[in-house]
Amino acid sequence: MNETEFSLLNILIAVIGGAIRVGTPFLFVSLGECLTERSGRINLGLEGTLMMGAMTGYGASYLSGSPWLGVMAAGMTGVILGGVHALLCQQQKVNDIAVGIALMLLGTGLAFFLGKPLIQPTAAHLPSLHLGSWSDSPVIQAALDINVLFVIGVLLAPAMAWFFRYSRWGLYVRTVGESADAARAMGLNVNRVRMYSTMAGGFLAGVGGSFLSLYYPGGWSEGLSSGQGLMAVALVIFARWNPVYCLYASLLFGAAATLGPTLQSIGMTWGYYLFHAAPYVLTLIIMITTSSSTRLLSGMPGQLSNVK
Amino acid sequence: MKKYNGNGLVDNKRRTLLKGAAALGVATALGGLLPSKAWAKKKVGMGFIYVGPRDDYGYNQSHYEGKSSLAKLDWVKAVDQENVPETIEVQKAMESMINLDGVQVLFPTSFGYFDPHILKIAPKYPDVMFLHCGGLWDASKHPKNVGSYFGYIDEAVYVAGIVAGHTSKTGKLGFIAAMPIPQVLRNINNFTLAARSVNPKITTTVVFTGGWSLPVKEAEAANSLIDQGIDVLTCHVDSPKVVIETAEKRGIYSCGYHTNQAVLAPKGFLTGAQWNWSKVYQDYAEMISKGTKIPNLVRGGFKEGLVTSSPYGKAVSAKAKEQADKVRSSFMSGSMVVYKGPIKDNTGRVVIAAGKEYKQTDVWLESMDWLAEGVIGSTKG
Repeated sequence: MNETEFSLLNILIAVIGGAIRVGTPFLFVSLGECLTERSGRINLGLEGTLMMGAMTGYGASYLSGSPWLGVMAAGMTGVILGGVHALLCQQQKVNDIAVGIALMLLGTGLAFFLGKPLIQPTAAHLPSLHLGSWSDSPVIQAALDINVLFVIGVLLAPAMAWFFRYSRWGLYVRTVGESADAARAMGLNVNRVRMYSTMAGGFLAGVGGSFLSLYYPGGWSEGLSSGQGLMAVALVIFARWNPVYCLYASLLFGAAATLGPTLQSIGMTWGYYLFHAAPYVLTLIIMITTSSSTRLLSGMPGQLSNVK
Repeated sequence: MKKYNGNGLVDNKRRTLLKGAAALGVATALGGLLPSKAWAKKKVGMGFIYVGPRDDYGYNQSHYEGKSSLAKLDWVKAVDQENVPETIEVQKAMESMINLDGVQVLFPTSFGYFDPHILKIAPKYPDVMFLHCGGLWDASKHPKNVGSYFGYIDEAVYVAGIVAGHTSKTGKLGFIAAMPIPQVLRNINNFTLAARSVNPKITTTVVFTGGWSLPVKEAEAANSLIDQGIDVLTCHVDSPKVVIETAEKRGIYSCGYHTNQAVLAPKGFLTGAQWNWSKVYQDYAEMISKGTKIPNLVRGGFKEGLVTSSPYGKAVSAKAKEQADKVRSSFMSGSMVVYKGPIKDNTGRVVIAAGKEYKQTDVWLESMDWLAEGVIGSTKG
């Protein structure tokens, strides 16, 4: 009996640890997308940004020997891709979604192409904080080996919420996102605010990519993202455009994604295909239960509904 | 001209015609200049298709290394294409290699290419040989111009299992596998049977990730297994890089697969099972050039030189090495039979009765759908 309890606790700890590890890229991409969408623009290209970020981050770390330089390089790649997206979208009669899909394909394709020589070499990885060193249990130690980027992400979520709510710039972003006309009446340059928001969003997505290649799972390979960038975009809707909810949602998705491997490793042998599908099933269930046919999704920026 | 039933892409068809016309022109021109070149080796066109990137530290790289070894044969023209998914894409890739590059033999190397893709394209091109890596060719069901080749890499996995059995202190081994298909199950069973021949209490916990290349799931599986106390980890996925690196990071031992991954885990790497496709591909090239009939089934292990073991790592004890070497030499001499009854599966059912044995070459083993006693896992998801 004791043994089962112990292993239940073990599963719980392992799932939490996994949620943190797997959830971090979701967190960064969703925070980035949250910022962009709050300014009234959708960037579906973040999957491409994530891959480009992972690739350049790995490359920069490999060449320079400094993983932090890799993170910065990944972020800057994100800024460039975000800038391209913003520049294209502010032209007349250009559709955000079409541009986003184009950039997603471009980003992944380019990352595959340029990343060819990076599959083999091993680059310097990001360090982690050993928060579990007080415990004797290797399970707890492993689960609490937390990467600095996750800590930054956790701090960033409430900071971004504060930014939207109380700062002048946050107000600009929200105004532009709610009503471009009102923003223009206030004398704001709508395109410029959106440009900056998209670039900053790209930066975060790029950093999320560097987490994949420089920490977990580590290494550059073409299957690295397997759609995480796209899932993170969906996650923003699920989090109702609230950065703090983005944090919770990322952890929940991370936990759902670790469920399959964790249950098998403790000897639960049935239904692994079902558990692998858990994140997607979870999304569907929550979307269905929280949707309403009579009103718009609460928290949705007003300008988001009328994509050109 | 090749027979064409007209169902293919218009594009391909037009290219076929153009190519045919061009070839006719060249042939007439050359015909006058070079009356006979019978002394020279006949040119051979070979096409290779991989499901992933060529340099993935894994399965695709092992084939690419095999293909690259053909470069020294100047009478072989080898073309390849990487990252071809197991969809209609591979049919297009095969047709374009036949029609544009004029290959006489195709090597689509991924498991999922066989059925339905090769089986659909092969009847259209009876002059082209389709040699699939790993598939089970059946004379009664499949076209004559289809064949398959595979190495008994499970022999090398068995040797790795012996080393793992000697090295493990917790008696718990971990195996990260893509999908419950016969080749994978055979590796899991060999690894476990070998380790249990050293210590009958050993168990192997299997995690199926559901795909050949899912780095995040593989890392997560490795971490969860290590959390449960396993101390030797191996895998059967396209690229073992993530698994081996995660094991090293967490301070446990690992056994490699496909190619040599020793550099990824200088401390914990024990040994591994490796392919040696260079030999297979050179042999095929020779056969085609000479016009010998290509056998539909090619199989081989240590003895035939199709598989090898990675060099032992630092952590391998002298005793483990001694037994592993002994087992390998009995594979070499052909006296080793892994599937010798009585063998039970992990539900307690007797799969191989006492006194019965299945030799390595037995095709029955290639339709394996059970996990041996001592494996924690299930073939049904």
